[in-house]
Amino acid sequence: MNAHGIVHKYGDNVDTDVIIPARYLNTSDHKELASHCMEDIDKEFIHKVKAGDIMVAHNNFGCGSSREHAPIAIKASGIACVIAATFARIFYRNAINIGLPILECREAAERIENGDEVSIDFDTGVITNVTKGETYQAQPFPDFIKDIMNKGGLINSIKVK
Amino acid sequence: MGMTMSQKILAAHAGLDKVVAGQLIRAKLDMVLGNDITSPVAVNEFRKAGFTEVFDKEKVSMVMDHFTPNKDIKAAGQCKLCRDFADEMGVVNFYDTGTVGVEHALLPEKGLVAAGELVIGADSHTCTYGALGAFSTGVGSTDMAAGMATGEAWFKVPSAIKFNLTGKLNEWVSGKDVILHIIGMIGVDGALYKSMEFSGEGLKNLSIDDRLCMANMAIEAGAKNGIFEVDEVTTAYLGERVTREYKIYRADDDAEYDAVYDIDLSQIKSTVAFPHLPENTKTIDEVGDVKIDQVVIGSCTNGRLEDLVVAAKILKGKKVAKGVRCIVIPATQKIWLEAMNMGLFQIFVDAGCAVSTPTCGPCLGGHMGILAAGERAVATTNRNFVGRMGDVNSEVYLASPAIAAASAIAGKIADVSEVL
Repeated sequence: MNAHGIVHKYGDNVDTDVIIPARYLNTSDHKELASHCMEDIDKEFIHKVKAGDIMVAHNNFGCGSSREHAPIAIKASGIACVIAATFARIFYRNAINIGLPILECREAAERIENGDEVSIDFDTGVITNVTKGETYQAQPFPDFIKDIMNKGGLINSIKVK
Repeated sequence: MGMTMSQKILAAHAGLDKVVAGQLIRAKLDMVLGNDITSPVAVNEFRKAGFTEVFDKEKVSMVMDHFTPNKDIKAAGQCKLCRDFADEMGVVNFYDTGTVGVEHALLPEKGLVAAGELVIGADSHTCTYGALGAFSTGVGSTDMAAGMATGEAWFKVPSAIKFNLTGKLNEWVSGKDVILHIIGMIGVDGALYKSMEFSGEGLKNLSIDDRLCMANMAIEAGAKNGIFEVDEVTTAYLGERVTREYKIYRADDDAEYDAVYDIDLSQIKSTVAFPHLPENTKTIDEVGDVKIDQVVIGSCTNGRLEDLVVAAKILKGKKVAKGVRCIVIPATQKIWLEAMNMGLFQIFVDAGCAVSTPTCGPCLGGHMGILAAGERAVATTNRNFVGRMGDVNSEVYLASPAIAAASAIAGKIADVSEVL
């Protein structure tokens, strides 16, 4: 599995309230949620994002609420992968459970800039910054989590046969 | 090397003698919780996967507390979806307007969570039940769906930070101040992926309401769970509410911790978290002149009876400052009735406060007290992120019920001594 796209870069502690504000949580429609993604910190995001793009941030990405609407909104907006130095733990497991690829890599979070072109090899965890001509090594997922991701998320992995 | 309290509960529920930090396990669940925001997503996933029954009708709780009483047509639709699902599945613990309370005040009150149990909830503040010696943690809707279907969840076993509590809190200082102090000290990711374990001789001086408030905000330090050692205060509380057997797990003497902090409760001052992160704390003497437009006293953090009693003591015979809206939200119907019977509502209304039916409401900018651009609120809630209570250009200052009540009277963030 690979991803290749343009980077949308954010800072520390991007919380789930800015990823998808609670005022839009009266729906669980993926497209509608995506139309408000990142609205409270980056009104332009939803107009700029293209399918396959990559989101990069610093520490504690996705902190706050357990709302799965946050990774859903990001995934439905077209983002193919989120890279951060660290993730808040509920966001981390939600992303895995819904099949949104995420990678923890401090070096990538520090080096990659907004607008860089980046490609990712999920099997090896190698992140290539095409714009800068650099590569960074993220920890690939353990097999247990790879299995959930490969099956297309947690529900598919336990689905009634 | 021994195990922490959290590790012991996880091991027992995974059918293992021992677990170590970092280990991935599957464990059996004693309770699976969702609310009116997270449950609809879970129900859709559950149905999509083809499941037709929940693993245990008694071990699923669905609490319609966030946008209820239904705030708009879409919210009403979400609740209806949950209600229909609960009816179809025979979910016993379904709570809606009339019986509902804010989930993390409601479940302990109803005896639905107990020491030694393993609880997941599709709500980040599910960590609250650690106050009762349970391992409980927030998850997302898909975990809730899988939990409802299989009665199991996957976990990465956490390491822990230990907080050794000594001494006794001063007057008007509460569990809220202790946890804000701790978050200010270690930061919003200071306990990322870890357990926060509270023990020590100071524990006996903390009420259950104080402990519930502290465990509630463990997530605000990034923690997987917060957990308190079980003592006589806990067993007395559980004794009145829980009829089933429960088990008490204590940390091994040789359990390993990533860090140990000694917290002398007598040294804690009233603490306020400034926008826009719970770690931006100042003690009340450092606050300066911060004028406010709204005060909210309520939420899963501080909407319990003790919180209302403290606020009423300060508001009694006083008036809310001109131009300030003060909203009091008892967290459950039981707390609401008790507060009414104690005469607290007379005090609140005489002071110029509005008293609401139980709801999460304004805490997450849902309804019942939204802020306009440029407005500031002092709230006993748990998050002060950008736009949390309304407009992106509004501000939330997190504080204890005592500071919130004093601030309502003063019209600015104030210590209790400034208004009494």
